[in-house]
Amino acid sequence: MKHIRNFCIIAHIDHGKSTLADRLLDFTGSVTEREKQDQLLDNMDLERERGITIKSHAIQMEYEYNGEQYILNLIDTPGHVDFSYEVSRSIAACEGALLVVDAAQSIQAQTISNLYLALENDLEIIPVLNKVDLPSANPEEVTDDIVDLLGCDAEEVIPASAKTGIGIEDILSAIIERIPAPKGNPDESLQALIFDSVYNPFRGVETYFRVINGEITKGQKIKFLATDKTYFADEVGTLKLSQEPKKVIKTGDVGYLITGIKDAREVKVGDTITDAANPTSNMIEGFENVKPMVFAGIYPVDTEDYEELRASMEKLQLNDASLVFAPESSAALGFGFRCGFLGMLHLEIIQERLEREFDMTVITTVPNVSYHAFTKKEPENTIIVNNPSDLPDPSKLDRVEEPYIKATIITKSDFVGSVMSLCIEKRGEITNQTYLTPERVELSFDMPLAEIVFDFYDRLKTVSKGYASFDYSPIGMRASKLVKVDILINGNSVDALSALIHADNAQTIGKKMCEKLRALIPRQQFDIPIQAAIGAKIISRETIKALRKDVTAKCYGGDISRKRKLLEKQKKGKKRMRQVGNVEIPQQAFMAVLKLND
Amino acid sequence: MLACLRKELFLRKTEFEKEKVETIYFGGGTPSVLNTDELDLLIDEVYRHYDVADAPEITLEANPDDLSRQKIEELAQSRVNRLSIGIQSFDDEDLKMMNRAHNAEEASFCIEYARKMGFDNISIDLIYGVPEMSTERWLKNINKALEYGVPHISSYALTVEPRTALEKLIEKGKVAPVNDELAQEHFNVLVEKLEEHGFIHYELSNFGKEGFFSRNNSAYWLGKKYIGIGPSAHSYDGRQRSWNIANNPKYIRALEKDEIPATFETLSAADRYNEYIMTGLRTIWGVSLRRVEEEFGRTCKEHLLKNSEKYLKEGLLSLNDQVLRTTQKGKFLSDGIASDLFLLNLRETGV
Ligand SMILES: Nc1nc2c(ncn2[C@@H]2O[C@H](COP(=O)(O)OP(=O)(O)OP(=O)(O)O)[C@@H](O)[C@H]2O)c(=O)[nH]1
Ligand SMILES: [Mg+2]
Repeated sequence: MKHIRNFCIIAHIDHGKSTLADRLLDFTGSVTEREKQDQLLDNMDLERERGITIKSHAIQMEYEYNGEQYILNLIDTPGHVDFSYEVSRSIAACEGALLVVDAAQSIQAQTISNLYLALENDLEIIPVLNKVDLPSANPEEVTDDIVDLLGCDAEEVIPASAKTGIGIEDILSAIIERIPAPKGNPDESLQALIFDSVYNPFRGVETYFRVINGEITKGQKIKFLATDKTYFADEVGTLKLSQEPKKVIKTGDVGYLITGIKDAREVKVGDTITDAANPTSNMIEGFENVKPMVFAGIYPVDTEDYEELRASMEKLQLNDASLVFAPESSAALGFGFRCGFLGMLHLEIIQERLEREFDMTVITTVPNVSYHAFTKKEPENTIIVNNPSDLPDPSKLDRVEEPYIKATIITKSDFVGSVMSLCIEKRGEITNQTYLTPERVELSFDMPLAEIVFDFYDRLKTVSKGYASFDYSPIGMRASKLVKVDILINGNSVDALSALIHADNAQTIGKKMCEKLRALIPRQQFDIPIQAAIGAKIISRETIKALRKDVTAKCYGGDISRKRKLLEKQKKGKKRMRQVGNVEIPQQAFMAVLKLND
Repeated sequence: MLACLRKELFLRKTEFEKEKVETIYFGGGTPSVLNTDELDLLIDEVYRHYDVADAPEITLEANPDDLSRQKIEELAQSRVNRLSIGIQSFDDEDLKMMNRAHNAEEASFCIEYARKMGFDNISIDLIYGVPEMSTERWLKNINKALEYGVPHISSYALTVEPRTALEKLIEKGKVAPVNDELAQEHFNVLVEKLEEHGFIHYELSNFGKEGFFSRNNSAYWLGKKYIGIGPSAHSYDGRQRSWNIANNPKYIRALEKDEIPATFETLSAADRYNEYIMTGLRTIWGVSLRRVEEEFGRTCKEHLLKNSEKYLKEGLLSLNDQVLRTTQKGKFLSDGIASDLFLLNLRETGV
């Protein structure tokens, strides 16, 4: 056990975690020349397309140091706020963390928030000053920033370049020298923490675990404490680039387990695995429940796929423990699920993964945050409003409260003015302003969560030319003036398009929603009026003109197959539309209505 | 090139062994560059290698500016028995807008003279929905055609092709953009007027007097076999479509080596079904439910019926004697309707 080190790599987005992981894998000879590629651990298509890490990824390396052989379990984590739950679970399986800081960008909002997550779990922090090869790098200043943040010595900060390979050997030495070996008792009964899992269509559920006490052997009869179910450990092994079956995974080590479970609901991330015959009495403290920030309905485009969608979401949940969902129904869309997400990117990724990994075409309804409503009749009884249709009728409504957050923004002093105006526009109140250095400022605002989940992040990037980072944490509920804006298409109110909006913005947003829908809904054989309404009052109206001509004139020999292919493509597009009343609404229209600035 | 065309005719004769050649069509590009001797040479070649029906339809496509007095006289001596003339319009303003090489006078002349020289089977193309073309002016065009007594008219709504002068003018706001409502009005006027004069609207863009339908083009819509000779020419053998390479030098080089430079595509049952729907809805022959059932199965027919319901109700489709057709109201929307009735694979029907 004294030769095992478990550590994760944490940082602000894009500071170079995954690239650093590449170098560590190279240096320890864990990948062959042929397997090498940039950000090797970002193996999901979505991650490669977007150039960001979405999932934490564990991998084991072997390394000889001072004549002794070590096992290093590395977990690469995502940097984007929406995936912070991935970070917190990874941290629970480790004793140490590499805190990567970009030598040009210095400390950013998620550097701080992820550092705190690691400190709460008593992890040993190894600061890594990455990208020292960049001409724009500021190694001295940034080292000072890190020293200030951590209260460490400047010598503890390791200068490195994940691109050129500078400092990699020093990092490996530091991992072995500074991070404590796992503690745990090999003689105790098995106690292992499930920190992640994934559904494999051929082999069933694969769980990733960290052994705290005891050990797990192939064939052993084991038990999951939370569900109280027993299984045989059909296969255990370590996580190399591909899975490597082993006879036993010992105390302190990280591995995977396959038991042949097909039902996704039988596995809970955060659960404890123990020996069935001789179970441990202490359940490992699992993970804090995620607190979703945004809610939206997810519905199958084809109503018949409801049960399949449920099964798909359960499987996806195995691999994304931050997804929460509960059944709901909509007059326009039928049966579906109200889902909670950590942010808009998370929502987008879930939708994409449902399509790509489970072949489910889904409609996502207009997202909203979670409000508290109180009726005049029972002014003390909180009604939780996660869905616009749950908002009581205005005549019965006493008051509404909305979630507020504390937003921390780090930016350059040049942009303070524009960042402030943006936050004020978003109903923010400034609470603090600190100069971290003469050029770098930390601004704090109290803001309604609803204002930041939708387009705040993009706007912030624009007004600061990319030089702003942002983090937030909930600070409770505050009184709000909220109205429900309904959308009527061809005279029929479409519940899935209703949105909860601050009264002062209702008029403008209602108008923009109508305009957006006019652009998104294809013309049909009749005029389609689109209206926004608050209660019975119409606040905006647009019309989609009827389609007059939908035919190409010529259709001779060579035109036929070209035209058939074109119409087949159209047909595929139509399959992604939902008929509401007699109007076909494209899948993306539901969610896009609130992306009003595109 | 001519030698290669003859070579291709020879090399591909096996494909048509069991078939009769009903029509020969010189079209696509500018076949009028061929002089009468060359045309005859090719026609001879067809007769030499293929079984040609009695009285085949032999069409030549030409533009008015190619049809000089002398050219028409020569053609009258050849075995070409049908002319398809790209008149487009009898109005100089329209012709300028469409960037045509001929003028209104040439348009009128070639029809009159061809008739005089004995061509009674003439088809002309007319374009409507041209920017700034009033419905009145369009009517004038139609009346001109009727006056000349042509027995066949193909008529198309103008589409603005990318990177053309017209597209530029529209972009700059100098010319009003093409307008679907106007096109629709022109189409309705056209159908009404021609039907009044005894034309049969047998395909979305084609009108013919009894006995004067284009036999060649009808074959495309009825799913018959055909062989296309020359660069970019398409062929269809009932299951497979193929098309020759478009590049002339490459085409020639291949033929010189006795090779046919073609790309093939085999149609799945769903592809054939979709093509049948797509072309059927454009023609007077419609989509026969019997044929759908025979060729693609009963569930397929039921699927089709179920999906057509909404269009039948809206009056865009009609169902008579087990044949689905687009109504006058539905014709201008027939692509959208067809794609709605498509099947992406036959399994979709639940068979
Ligand atoms: N010049 C230079 N570029 C680097 C270095 N390390 C990483 N990069 C580049 O920085 C970008 C982001 O790198 P990633 O490794 O994907 O960053 P990450 O921290 O894993 O990003 P997320 O997982 O999305 O939070 C990529 O374009 C890398 O090539 C470095 O040491 N020097
Ligand atoms: Mg990464």
